[in-house]
Amino acid sequence: MHVGLIHFLFVSAILFSLGLFGVITRKNAILVLMGIELILNSANINFIAFARYGGLRMDGQAIAVFVIVLAAAEAAIALAIVLNIYHQFHTVNVDEISKMKE
Amino acid sequence: MTLFDIIFFFFALVTIGSAVVVVTSRNVIYSAFSLLFTFFGVAGIYVLLNADFLAVAQLLIYVGGILVLLLFGVLLTNKVVDVDIKTGTFQIFPAAVLTAFLGGALCGIYLITDWKEVAQIPDVQTTATGLGELFMTSYLLPFEIVSVVLLVALVGAAMFARKEKSMAPSSRPE
Repeated sequence: MHVGLIHFLFVSAILFSLGLFGVITRKNAILVLMGIELILNSANINFIAFARYGGLRMDGQAIAVFVIVLAAAEAAIALAIVLNIYHQFHTVNVDEISKMKE
Repeated sequence: MTLFDIIFFFFALVTIGSAVVVVTSRNVIYSAFSLLFTFFGVAGIYVLLNADFLAVAQLLIYVGGILVLLLFGVLLTNKVVDVDIKTGTFQIFPAAVLTAFLGGALCGIYLITDWKEVAQIPDVQTTATGLGELFMTSYLLPFEIVSVVLLVALVGAAMFARKEKSMAPSSRPE
């Protein structure tokens, strides 16, 4: 058995499932963000695996750079929102936040 | 079983094992530190896939930036009396069934698809040169747009996260 494209795709699929599991089950908003980071990482593994084994070549790695940049922007914005929610409601549990304002 | 295979399985084990801890641990701090090992494992997988620039970028941006940001978020949104910050979970059983089904479906699709692998592409020495040329030629417009998006997002986040009291001129110490 030799490690090829399919093994990297399997790792990516498992990472995606775990990230989705975290997004669905966690109450703390920051842990939901961690699940989203796992999902973005699994997408990046797919892009780079196809850059290496498929026909994407360097284009796959260029797309992965864009994904990393957008993940950084998303994390900054989401944490600013979570901090504001904490100041408003004194909790970051997503099941207790059901109103736009108090 | 070559050295490449052994290193791949090591990094895959590190990545998936620590990702399991991230999504199942009840302690938020444990989850954050497990995420560190997940990012390290993914960076190792990038190196195995001939993406050296991306592996370094992964370490710098995810470990140095996003993870520190998440840890700050954890510590700022809890009344910290000790490091034992617990979190609740809900819908465990339906979520486990759904994600197991989804992951199984993805793996099944990967297995039955007839992938046309490019036969032995020559291993490039370094990818930074190629990436730089791509960003300055065919990806110039997306590159500029994403840089403006990042600037706007970071300035907006900094403005959004500060307390409104500190912006009022009356509260400024004379």
